[in-house]
This record gives sequence, structure tokens and C-alpha cells, in this order.
Amino acid sequence: MLGSYRAEILKLRKRSAVWVLFGAGLVLSLIFGYLLPYLGYATGDDNPQTDGVPRAEILRGMLPARVIDNTIGGYPIFAGALALVLGAIVIGGEYTWGTLKTVLTQRPRRGTILGAQFLALGTMIALWVLGIFAACALCSLGIAAAENGSTTWPGIGDLLQGLAGGWLVLMMWCLAGAVLAVAFRNVALPIGLGVVWILGIETLLAGVVSSLLPSLKWLANVLPGTNAGSLVFGVTGMAAADAPPGVRDAVGGSRALLTLLAYCALFAVLATWTTRRRDVT
Amino acid sequence: MGACGRHSRRMDALVEVSGLTKRYGGTLAVDGVDLTVLPGEVYGFLGPNGAGKTTTLRILTGLIAPTSGSVRVLGGRPGDAGVLGRTGSMIESPAFYPYLSGLDNLRLLAEYAGVSRQRIDEVLELVDLTDRAKDRFSTYSLGMKQRLGVAAALLKDPELVILDEPTNGLDPAGMRDMRRLIRELGTEGRTVLLSSHLLGEVQQICDRVGIINAGRMVAEHHVEELRGEQELVVRAAPREDAQRLLARFGSVHQYDDTLRVQVDPAKAAEVNRTLVEAGIDVSELHTAERALEDIFFELTTAKETTDAG
Repeated sequence: MLGSYRAEILKLRKRSAVWVLFGAGLVLSLIFGYLLPYLGYATGDDNPQTDGVPRAEILRGMLPARVIDNTIGGYPIFAGALALVLGAIVIGGEYTWGTLKTVLTQRPRRGTILGAQFLALGTMIALWVLGIFAACALCSLGIAAAENGSTTWPGIGDLLQGLAGGWLVLMMWCLAGAVLAVAFRNVALPIGLGVVWILGIETLLAGVVSSLLPSLKWLANVLPGTNAGSLVFGVTGMAAADAPPGVRDAVGGSRALLTLLAYCALFAVLATWTTRRRDVT
Repeated sequence: MGACGRHSRRMDALVEVSGLTKRYGGTLAVDGVDLTVLPGEVYGFLGPNGAGKTTTLRILTGLIAPTSGSVRVLGGRPGDAGVLGRTGSMIESPAFYPYLSGLDNLRLLAEYAGVSRQRIDEVLELVDLTDRAKDRFSTYSLGMKQRLGVAAALLKDPELVILDEPTNGLDPAGMRDMRRLIRELGTEGRTVLLSSHLLGEVQQICDRVGIINAGRMVAEHHVEELRGEQELVVRAAPREDAQRLLARFGSVHQYDDTLRVQVDPAKAAEVNRTLVEAGIDVSELHTAERALEDIFFELTTAKETTDAG
């Protein structure tokens, strides 16, 4: 297993697409978490962007105390879509390049290889989360220094809880991409379907259910995106008014945690079961 | 060889396939194939494109499951970790990660298989890829990709090497080198199972050959056995008179502008004297073994005719 894990890490480490996706997630987090709010803050109340929002409130949102909000606030939707693409390209690439047969004719069993792939993806997601956190922490520290703001950090427990919650959200989407790639033995179709689901279908479903079919609210509340948003809402403790798109208190934090764990297990088991049973043609 | 001897050879077989069938929906890709590969031999698995060669090899490497039949590879089930660890294979076209170098591709395969770094250098040297090892796989020519595929197959220092059309895409020099390498693998004591649709290739490098057509094995013999009787090739004029005289020695058939007579090559001098004494000009006379190509078409055509009947 260790050898297979090292092989998977080598593949991820040397693949530029993995770092491009990470870079996109990092840049999006910094733009929406710091750059745009800071421009709004710096240009004063006349800017339509800050209309109705006091400048002091904008500044508070960028200080170290809110670093976790800015690190994982975009995970349920934007970074989640990037994580889904990561899972799809890593697993789907084995089918499109035909490398699955090369790997499967080495010594390890199919389940071991897929397990090593998931473990390596989990490691890469952890690096993404830590990398985005480090960049956000540096930005918040810089803004605090520049604007004489408070440099009080969240407690270590809150930090760890927030980062772990963010990791779980991205991992769930990453495994969703992986299981779609196994199902379709492809890269493009899983990405297309997955991203359309994350960015459009779930929001649309939630809207239709809440306005037209309130009796089906339970269904909306078991969807992966709803629970990802609820977990982020729960671990950050942000106010509903401050929550970015996709982050809301649809279900409690504990229930969201269990639901996401269940989705992770379901996706991993489905992918492994399919890979072990299917002919590699 | 008696039944007892045949039994012991089968017990020693590295690959033993019996009644193997693979069905994809309504299509029967492999139909009751029996195949035995013995230790230390280079076995040629010959058949036209779409005959079922690759499907059979995929089953032997555990990539696909058979519909029915029994398959034993190195005494175990195909796809078992112990069997895969002793088998090196290149199935269909060589498939590697295009963004990695040849060296990195081998490094990660070595990680999966638990093989030392030193072995990577050895196999790169063996296939003459050391100089280009650090270049990206995507920049390799078809021949280099093929050679990397063979290097990967040899990485585990395997007892059994399964190569699916290994000379595909190689230039003539590359084909010659590849055949020499495969022949060397056989002389080193490794067992090689080689699929090919190139009859000359199998004739040159294999000890035994199995011929598959439309999913069915139509013959499995030593190459020499398959070649059978030898012929004399005669170019003479007038040809009709020569053909009439040559018929005394054996069956004669015309092949392009030569005559081929099935006769012991030791009688070449007698044949020549007979023709010359009859006033026939002989401009060419030499022995010709029956080409595997002829045998292949005879067998596959006979099978098709039988099926049609």
C-alpha cells in the first residue's frame, strides 16, 4: 500500500493540472476574501459595493479573527467544483490514457490501488486547504498591520475544526468526481455533469423545493451541496448575512458532518466496487 | 511422447488455458481456446486483427474475466498479486502518463511493484532508452514508446513475459532489435508469450506457435512441425514441359513465374539433371521451406470453409 501511495503522490506532484487547479482555488479565495472587500473598504462608502455596509464591518471580515471564514467560505461551491475536477481528471485520466491496464498489471490488487489513489487525493486536498489557509492568514495579517486592526486569531480548536471541515467538503466533491470518472471511464463527461450539478442544479432544486414543493424539503436537505454549505456554516459560525453563496444553515453542523462522511463512504465504495468487478478493455 | 510425458509437460506449463470463452453481449470474442505455454519457450500467438489475441492476453493478465473455461498462469489465478508479481506484460499499445518522463513512468511502476531503482537503470539500458529517459513520454516516437513498454514489462525481472504485438510501429532496425531482444529473453530462460499478426516475425523468433482465427484456436505446434515438407523452387523454360517432368517427383504448383515441387531437397541434383537432359533451360533451382504465411492461410481458410459447410 505504501508503494502504491508513493506512486500516486508522484503522479499528482508532477501533474501541472493539479497545481493549476490549486492556483485557481487560491486566487479565487484571495480575490473574493480579500482583494474585492479591501478595494471596497479602501474606496469608501461611495462605492456601490459597500453601499449599506459600514467600512468597519468590511475590515473586520478581513482580519485574522475571520481567517477561517475566508479560507473555507468558497469551498461548498467554487473550490468544491475545482476539487470535483481534480477527482475526475486523476481517476478519469487512467481510462483516457489507458494507463489503468498498465497499473493494474503490476503487483497490487485493484482495491489497494484505488485506496492509494484516494489517500493521495486526500493528501493533495489537505495541501490545498493548508496552502489557501496560509495565503489567507498572510493577507489578513497584512491588512491588520496596514489598517491597525486586531491581530487576534481564532482558537486552535476553531482553526483545526474549520480546516478539517473544509477538507471534508473538498474531499467529498473530489470523491464525487472520482466516482463519476469511474462510472463514465472518461474525464470530460464527469466534469461537465459534476460542475453543472454543483453550480446550477442543486441551487435550482433547493429554490424549487422551497418555493413550490415545501413538502420535499427533506430531499433538498440530503443533497451534498446543501450539507457542504451547512457544515461550513457550522464550523465557521458566521452570521447568515455574511455567508457567501452556498453557505447556509439548512441543517445542523453535526448532521451535515455525518451526511458528508456518508457521501464520502458511498462514493469510495461505489468506485471500488465498480473498479474491482469491471473488465478493463 | 506418451500420455504420461504429455501430462508432466502440462503440469509444468506456465500458462495453461482450457476451453476459454469470452462473450461481450452477443459477440463471442474468444471461443473455447486451449493454449499451453511451457517454461523457457518463446510462444507465438498468431492471428489476424480481431481474432481474439488481445482478449486472451487480457484474460491472462487479469484485466478481464473469462465467461467460461479454466485459466492458470504460473500456477495461480490471473490477476492474483503473486502471479502479477512474476509476470511482465505489455498489452496492446504501451500506455503511460504523457506528462511524466520515461524514467518517472518506470519509477512509479517500480513503486507499485516493489522493484529497486537499480533495476530501472538496467531495463532502460536493455531497451536503449537511457539517453532519452528524462524526456517526457509525450515526446517519444512510436518506437520509443514501444521500447518503454517492453522496459516496463521487464521491470519486475519476470519469469513470464507477455507481449502484445511488440514490434508495432517500429522501423526495420527497431524491429530487428526488438526481435533480438525477445529471442535473448528466451535464451535467458524466461518464458515469452508473444502475440503478432506478422507471420514472418513469429517464424523468426518463436519456438511454438498457436494460430487463432475468429476466436478459435486452429493449430498449436512447433514452428518446424507446422512448416512440414520442404519444396524445391524451379525456374525453367519452357515451363509447361518442366511442369510435366517435375510431376514425376511430386506435386507441382505454379507460384508467380516459378514452379514449386514437393520433393526431398536432397534430390535437387537429380531434378536438375532430368530437366537439363530433356533440353529444358534451368535458370533457378533452390530449396524453399513452406512459409508460415502459406500454412496460416491454409489453416484459416480450411476452418472458414468447414464452418461455412
